[in-house]
Amino acid sequence: MNEKTGNTIKLTIDGRSCEVERGTKLMQACESLGIELPTLCYLKGVAPDGSCRMCVVEVEGGRKGGLPTACTEECAEGMVVHTRSERVVEARRFVLDLLLSNHVQTCFSCARNGSCKLQDYCLEYGVEKSSYPVGKHPHLGLADDSNPFYEFNPEKCIMCRRCARTCAELQGREVLSISQRGAQTFVSPAYDLPRGEEASRCESCGNCVSNCPTGALSSKDQKKHYRAYEVSKTRTTCPHCAVGCQFDLLVKNGRVVGVDPADGPTNGGLLCVKGKFGSYKFIHASDRLKKPLIKREGKFEEASWDEALDLVAEKLSLIKKEHGADAIAGFSCSRSPNEDNYLFQKMMRAAVGTNNVDNCARV
Amino acid sequence: MTNPFSDITQDVEVILIVGSNPEEAHPVLGTKIRRAVREGAKLIVVDPRKIGLAKDAEIHLQLKPGTNVAFANGMMHVIIEDGLANREFIEARTEGYEELAKIVKDYTPEKVAEICGIDAEDLRRAAHLYAKADRAPLMYCLGVTEHSTGTEGVMSLSNLAMLVGKIGRSGCGVNPIRGQNNVQGACDMGCLPGDYPGYQKVNKPEAREAFEKAWGVPLNEKPGLTSTQVPHAVEEGKIKGLFIFGEDPIRTDPDIGHIKRMLEGLDFLVVQELFLTETAKYADVVLPGVSYAEKEGTFTNSERRVQRVRKAVEPTGEARADTEIFTDLMNRMGYEQPCLTPSEIMREVASLTPSYAGISHSRLDAGETLHWPCKDESDGGTAILHQDVFARGLGYFYPATYMPSAEIADKEYPITMITGRMMYHYNAGAMTQRTEGLNLLAPASYVEMHETDAEALGVQSGDRVRVASRRGEIETTARVAQKVKPGEVFMTFHFEDGNANHLTNAATDEFAKVPEFKVTAVKVEKV
Repeated sequence: MNEKTGNTIKLTIDGRSCEVERGTKLMQACESLGIELPTLCYLKGVAPDGSCRMCVVEVEGGRKGGLPTACTEECAEGMVVHTRSERVVEARRFVLDLLLSNHVQTCFSCARNGSCKLQDYCLEYGVEKSSYPVGKHPHLGLADDSNPFYEFNPEKCIMCRRCARTCAELQGREVLSISQRGAQTFVSPAYDLPRGEEASRCESCGNCVSNCPTGALSSKDQKKHYRAYEVSKTRTTCPHCAVGCQFDLLVKNGRVVGVDPADGPTNGGLLCVKGKFGSYKFIHASDRLKKPLIKREGKFEEASWDEALDLVAEKLSLIKKEHGADAIAGFSCSRSPNEDNYLFQKMMRAAVGTNNVDNCARV
Repeated sequence: MTNPFSDITQDVEVILIVGSNPEEAHPVLGTKIRRAVREGAKLIVVDPRKIGLAKDAEIHLQLKPGTNVAFANGMMHVIIEDGLANREFIEARTEGYEELAKIVKDYTPEKVAEICGIDAEDLRRAAHLYAKADRAPLMYCLGVTEHSTGTEGVMSLSNLAMLVGKIGRSGCGVNPIRGQNNVQGACDMGCLPGDYPGYQKVNKPEAREAFEKAWGVPLNEKPGLTSTQVPHAVEEGKIKGLFIFGEDPIRTDPDIGHIKRMLEGLDFLVVQELFLTETAKYADVVLPGVSYAEKEGTFTNSERRVQRVRKAVEPTGEARADTEIFTDLMNRMGYEQPCLTPSEIMREVASLTPSYAGISHSRLDAGETLHWPCKDESDGGTAILHQDVFARGLGYFYPATYMPSAEIADKEYPITMITGRMMYHYNAGAMTQRTEGLNLLAPASYVEMHETDAEALGVQSGDRVRVASRRGEIETTARVAQKVKPGEVFMTFHFEDGNANHLTNAATDEFAKVPEFKVTAVKVEKV
C-alpha cells in the first residue's frame, strides 16, 4: 500500500523516528515517545484550545514560520520536528514574558505557590520578570470571592480557558464563558454575576479550581491552610453518594486539609461540591466524640473503654439470657466500609445469636 | 446496577431515567448524563418534578407520585401493541411473558395517562424512543423504590428492559443508582436480616452450615427483622436491646414520633457514632467510632465496584477503629474473635462469599478495579451482569398491577408531599453540616410548592409555612416556583429544623420493607 494513503504516518521527532495513526496530533506523537511538552491550556478529554502557545514545536519547513502548537497540529508524513530547539525555547520564553506582563506576581501570598504551572515554567525557562512595561491592569477590581469555597482573581488569569471549558464540556454546566474583548477579556458567569450567587448557576463543584494552572481560581482552604508542597496524599474513595469517585486526601501535620480529584474509573478527574469541599471538615470537627460515654441518671459521663464495653457486653448478655437473642437488634452503617459491616453482622449472628441485623438500605 | 456508569453514559442513544435526580443526589453521574446529552443521547425523564435534567430531556413524563407501575405497564402496552417487543430475547431468555402480556393489555396509553397525569401521546413517544434505540440504559433511584409498591415498581422496570432485550449487554441494563456510598457493600456483607454475606439465605441449611462451620458456633435459623419492623417490635415488647452503628434514624427514618417512641421504649441502647447525634442522645452507652479517613477498608459502589478506603490520619481522641470495637465486644460476650486487620477481614469475606471470592486488598492496591461477582483470584470481575444467562436462569416477568399509594391526598390533607435529597447535603447531615460553606449555600429546610397553590394560600417565596400530616407538623420556608406540579410539594430530610420525616408515613412495601418516603398526604398553611 502506498504509505501516503495508508492509515499510519511516519515522522521524526528530536531525531527519533515515530509511527502514528493518521489524525494524531503532534502532542500525542511526542507523548508516545515519552516527550512531555509544556502546556498551560491543554485539557485531557476536551478538544485542544491552542491558546497558551507553550507547546510550540519547530517543524522543518512547516507553516506558521515552522512553529505550530503541538496540541493542534496534525502529524504529517515525513515531518521533522524539534521540541527543544533554540527557536522553540525562545518562543516559549516570549510567551511566558508576555503572560507575566499581565500577571500579578504576589506568589508569596498565593494559594497556588508551589503548584502553579506558570511559576514552574518561568523557573524552568529562566523568566524571572517581564521585559515589557507593566501597563494598567484592566481587571483591577474584578476579583470574585463570593463563593464560600473558592475565589477568582483575574489578575492571575492567563486566559487559557481551562475553567470555562471544564465547566462547559466536562461539567456540562456552562456557567463560565468569555466576557469582553481584547485586553479587557476575562472569564465570568453570565451577566458577570458573582459565582457565589445561586443565579450564576455555579454548583461549586470546584472542577474549574482543580483545573486552573495558576492561582486565578484557588481554594480558600488552600490559601489559608496549606501549600501543595506541605501535604502528603492518600488515595481513597469519597464517603458521600454511591458513584464512588476517587480522590486524594491532603494531609498536613496529621490533619486532612483538602481534597484533590483523582482520575478514578467513575469520576475521571471530576468531583462534586460534597467530594471536593465537603469531605474533610467533619473529620476534625470539634464536636467529634473522643471518649466512650455512659448515661448515668440521665446525663452522659465520660468512661474508659473497659467500663463502656463491659457494660455493653453485660447488658446485651442479660437481655439475651432473660428474653432470648432475638430480643436484640442491630442497625449497621451503609456509610462504613465492608470490613466494618461484615464484622458487625458477624457480631450480631455469632456472638449475640440473632439475625436481627439490617442496614439503612431501606431509608 | 447491571452495567457500569461509563458504559451507560458514553455512546448511548437513549437514556431512560425514572425517579432519580442525579444532578443533586449523584452529581458526578449527573455531569456524565449532561455530557451524554451534549454528545447526542436522547433523554427520557420520568419524574414528578421538573428536575434539572428535565430541561435537557427529549420527553419529560411528569408522573403523579406513586404511579410508576402504571407508567411501566403503559410503556409495555405500547411496545407489545406496536410490535416493538424483542421476540427473540423473550423466547430465549425469559419466562412468564404470556401472563405479563395479559396484564399490560389493560394499560392503554389513555388509561395510564389518566392514572399518571401525563399525556398519552408522550407515553407512546417515550415507548417508541426507548424500544427502538439499540443502546438505551434504564436508570432508576429511590423515586421507584420508596413506595408501598416499590418492589412492584422495580420489577415492572425490569420487565420493561427484558421486553425489549435491553439487558445483559453493553450500553443497556437495569441500573438502580444506590443512595449511599456503601449501601451496596453493607447489603453484600450480610447486614440484612435474611441474608448472610453474598445474599446466602439464613434459612437455607447449606448456607447456614457453611457459616456455622467457619464461625464455630450454631446459628439462628430464623430470619430477623428489618430496621423498619424493629420500631413495632419494640412497641410490642419483643425487642429490648438495640445496637445502632453509624445511623441517625431520628433524622432519616419515617415518622420521627414513631422512632422516638421506639428509642424510649428500649431497655438498652448502644450507639456507635462520630458525633452525639439526635439518636445518640437516647443511648445508654455511646461509643466513639472513626471516620472513613481514619481507617482501612473497602466501599462497594453502585456498580458493584469494590474500591479501597485508606487511612490518612490517626483517629481522634481515644476513638478506636470500629472493627476493633466489635472484636472486643464479641470476646466480652463470650465469642472468641481474633483481632484481624481489615485486609484479613476481607480475606475471611472472600472465603465465605462466592461473589467476593477473588477480591482482596492486595489486588486492589495493585491497581485492579473489580466488580463482583469475582469468583477467584484470576477472575477480573464482572462489569456487566446477566450477559449469557440470568442469575436465576431464565429472566422472569414478574407481573404487577398498579396499586395506589398507602396514603392518598384527601380533603383534610389535600397535597402530596415528595421527599428527596438536595446537592449540598447528604442524608442526616452529620458529615456535610460540619462544613461551613455548605451551610452557607444551604442553611435550612424548605418546601417547594407550585405558584398556583402558593397563590391560593397567599404564600410567597421566603414566607414561613406550616406543613402538617396525620403524624406531625413542622414549620419551614416556602420556595415557590413551577418545579413541582400543583397539588404536590417537595421537601428534603437533611435538616433538623423542619425535617420532613416528622410527616412521612412509616407504611412500607410488602416485600422489601422500604417506607413510602415519596408519598405523604399533607396540608400547608401560611404561618
